[in-house]
Amino acid sequence: MNDEFGSAAAIAQREMTLARGPTRAQRVARTLRPFLRQPAIVVGVVILLFFVVAALCAPLLSPTDPLAQNVVEGLSPPSAAHLLGTDKLGREMLSRMLYGTQISLVVGVLVVLSASTFGTLLGLLAGYRGGWADEVLMRVTDIFFAFPALILAMAIAGALGPSLRNALIAISVVSWPVYARLIRGQVLALKEREFVIAARTLGIPEWRIILHHLLPNTLAPLLVQASFDLGGAITAVAGLSFIGFGAQPPTPEWGVMISEGRNYIATQWWLATFPALAILLVVGGLNLLGDGLRDLLDPRLRGE
Amino acid sequence: MIRFILRRLAGLVLVLVGVSVITFSLAQLVPVDPAAVALGANARDEQINAYRKEYGLDRPPIEQYIVYVGRLLHGDLGNSIRTRRPVADDLRDYLPATLELSIAAMGIAVVLGITLGILAAVRRNSLIDGVARVFALIGGSLPIFFLGLLVLALFYNRLRWFPGPGRIDAFITPPPRITGMYTIDSLLSGDMQALQSSLLHLVLPAVTLGYFSTAVLLRMTRSSMLEVLTQDYVRTAQAKGLRDRTVLLRHALKNAMIPVLTTIGITFGSLLSGAVLTETIFAWPGLGRYATASVVSLDFPAVMGVTLVAAVVYPLANMLVDIGYHALDPRVQVQ
Repeated sequence: MNDEFGSAAAIAQREMTLARGPTRAQRVARTLRPFLRQPAIVVGVVILLFFVVAALCAPLLSPTDPLAQNVVEGLSPPSAAHLLGTDKLGREMLSRMLYGTQISLVVGVLVVLSASTFGTLLGLLAGYRGGWADEVLMRVTDIFFAFPALILAMAIAGALGPSLRNALIAISVVSWPVYARLIRGQVLALKEREFVIAARTLGIPEWRIILHHLLPNTLAPLLVQASFDLGGAITAVAGLSFIGFGAQPPTPEWGVMISEGRNYIATQWWLATFPALAILLVVGGLNLLGDGLRDLLDPRLRGE
Repeated sequence: MIRFILRRLAGLVLVLVGVSVITFSLAQLVPVDPAAVALGANARDEQINAYRKEYGLDRPPIEQYIVYVGRLLHGDLGNSIRTRRPVADDLRDYLPATLELSIAAMGIAVVLGITLGILAAVRRNSLIDGVARVFALIGGSLPIFFLGLLVLALFYNRLRWFPGPGRIDAFITPPPRITGMYTIDSLLSGDMQALQSSLLHLVLPAVTLGYFSTAVLLRMTRSSMLEVLTQDYVRTAQAKGLRDRTVLLRHALKNAMIPVLTTIGITFGSLLSGAVLTETIFAWPGLGRYATASVVSLDFPAVMGVTLVAAVVYPLANMLVDIGYHALDPRVQVQ
């Protein structure tokens, strides 16, 4: 009797579990599985996580202040005492690399955030409205594409005065048109689809259609573009700093560090090589991530 | 075809107006008085005022812009504040060096990128495919300015295989100016010594500038080739017993090249950005270094000249690509 009740209760409970569907953990696992099947994504994410952790823990992991000088021990090669060596002023390379990671990641993310937000908004509007708004946007992006990005960024940074903040502004200004074009193209294709037409027929306000129906469907290509672009932004900021239009010494920014190490490259290789290696790894990781995401999210390439 | 070219040229005019308006507005943003910069710290107020009057800097910006465009239509780009020479003359001196470098870099990228891309696609998942993909991944991620420092340190400082910075050895007289590109000019004037020297000087900067584009073209060729190789008409060609070479080169390649051609046009734009960094490292007296020096001294007439020239190059490159399409694929209607 008891047994019967027991089993009935157990069955009931099992049925309730089934009705509730998979647990949260199961759902997360199911969402993540396709991502984990892409080796490019996994490798990219692992590399990026390494640098994100390094940036977050920079104050904890740095043996010294990144600006603290110790000229006596200047130009020491990498050793147990100085893991990544020291520069000509005896500043600890490890500390400078850690803080440099912080700077590059934060600046890169800010560039991509501002450029993609601005570009996406304009692209949504132009693509949805069409007509003259679209025409104007396309011509403006034509103008930006005709500018060699680095020369325009240089001119902007030069006009505003060379600094890391102005390099950030300059790279954002040259980066947004890609997003505007991308999103516009997506919206043009999407707005003739049934679900958008249905929404319009139901009298849903335009802004709601744009934000709730169109925007979410453009997120996949946006994400792919953003991961490639983040790498591009980090390289561009380093490049601007390298030629003197971005971060200024003694800031431990990667481009500045490569520039400071350029005359020592044959003798004290570690000065320019470590920051360059960091850029290579971060940008390479982002490119792998972008490749993996594109293969995953672009149905045309899924068969490959 | 002629109508297509005319329409593109009309678009180019629009782009040039936009580019000049943006650069001109940037010049207005500069917090420093260009007249004071040009005349130095010891200039008296009267001198500065006279200078401002001479260059029209005392007039409102819109009027200044209209005057500038009016002169531009007569081929006058104004005078550089830094070099004190007409900007047009400066550009004539520096542009050929950049063109020579960019063409050499693009040549390397096209030959190496497309060859490796085809090999990687045909031998998919083989060792050569793996090597090509890593080569492309590094090329797309390595900062060009570090690559420049690296090849200079290795192939010049250490191995002495190639000469160091500059366009030609100091003890050799540059060839008489015909195109302004040393390699072509020395070839045209039959000066073998100058040809050898300028060619050797070109190798390292061209490789540096070309690596990124090589990587881009390699990836594009590989994926485009892979897509084409699975198409029915390729299988038909194989099935009727054509040799692999014929199928590959005559049937697959032509179609696979269409997206690659687009990429070449787009990459041309990024070459000029790369040239700024490459020229800085190799002391290459081209447009990029001229632009850098001009921005440093807030010489906006010169910056304006550079951006206008650059803004012509990119749309022109893309127009050539579109004409190239037509040759490659008669189905494409040039509109």
